[in-house]
Amino acid sequence: MIAKPFALFKKDFHSELKTRYAINSLAMFIIVAISVILFSIGSETINENLTGGLFWVIIFFTAMSGLARAFVSEEERGTTLTLQLIASSSTVFSGKFIFNLILVFCVNILITLLYSVFFEKFVVQNLVLFIVTFILGNIGLASASTIIAAIIAKAGAKGTLYPVLSFPILLPLILTCVQLTLFSFDDVNFVEAQVELAIVVGYDIIMITVSYLLFEFIWKD
Amino acid sequence: MSSYSIHSQSLSKSFGRRLIFKDINFNWADNGIFGILGPNGSGKSTLVKIIAGLIATSSGKISHKNSSGEIISENLHNHIGFVSPYLILYEEFSAWENLKIFAQIRGINFNEEKLLNYLQQFLLDNRKDDLVKTYSSGMKQRLKFVFALQHSPDVLIFDEPTSNLDEDGKKVVYKIIQEESKNRIVIIASNEIKDIELCNEVLSLEDFK
Repeated sequence: MIAKPFALFKKDFHSELKTRYAINSLAMFIIVAISVILFSIGSETINENLTGGLFWVIIFFTAMSGLARAFVSEEERGTTLTLQLIASSSTVFSGKFIFNLILVFCVNILITLLYSVFFEKFVVQNLVLFIVTFILGNIGLASASTIIAAIIAKAGAKGTLYPVLSFPILLPLILTCVQLTLFSFDDVNFVEAQVELAIVVGYDIIMITVSYLLFEFIWKD
Repeated sequence: MSSYSIHSQSLSKSFGRRLIFKDINFNWADNGIFGILGPNGSGKSTLVKIIAGLIATSSGKISHKNSSGEIISENLHNHIGFVSPYLILYEEFSAWENLKIFAQIRGINFNEEKLLNYLQQFLLDNRKDDLVKTYSSGMKQRLKFVFALQHSPDVLIFDEPTSNLDEDGKKVVYKIIQEESKNRIVIIASNEIKDIELCNEVLSLEDFK
């Protein structure tokens, strides 16, 4: 059941290594975004609320700059028809979702490492809560980004449409993840954070289910 | 011989207010070569895409059936082999890598012997390890036939099959069409008289405006 989506993921992975469609733009964005923040704050120390917020802002915009490539690259190269002829819509969505999920995890681990080095207020007290938030947040980000990428791939102004369409869909996820990150800074336990965690788990389940149900209508003209 | 059939019932397609064709009815079964004829812009490519399940109809229905019953749209791609000038394979990979990737994504066995035989027939065996982006348009068109035949589909849909091909390429394609039509349904959409002459039955889109 997983073999076909995994084969599609492998194809995208090897294609990415050869074409560098997403990796280069993602790496450049991370470096530029963190550098701009560091230059703008100078020698001042920003408080932990702002640190947690900026952390998810970088994650959001990095996702915006790279995750749409999953479908846009197929559309731009004209290979969408080929993909439609070799795989069912569920295989295509699963394969692209796996690719975006792994990409988002790798990129966000890099952001977290850079952040913990350069921002002194980025001190996680409750590491388990932070890791759970990070994992759930990335799953939500990858699932929402994948279905939005499929929608905008057929549109004209892809570059503008992607963040515009993503913002209202990802806002509940990002806001809740910011709150959970601040909880992890303040060493809040799981019981006190259960409402926010339930929101993120619910968001992930709804987003993945709805995406699977709707994808065939988006994928076929 | 396969027990496969394609049945069209009052098929119509419009893009916005522009009617492409209306009330197309046909029943193509088992084997043979079926042609779709019409001038440029008459909707040949649109009709073959509808038959392949790639785009939806405006009204009417198209159904594919085999011995197990009607085939659901989710599985239709397993029964279709498709060649057209607007089909683009992955240019960053070699022909051999493309075929290997397609086999893995389809979940079928990568039959090296069969594929080498097809590549030989289409005069591509000595270039199989070259990147597709280095191929000429004619070579890319020939590779698409190997792509279409790789999974032994019940239906072969060829939209302008001889475009970009030289005389040798055309000869190979005509031979393959004749051979494959003995065991499966072959659909050709073309303006070329030579292509249409191969057909057992021809549907002229000018009759459905």
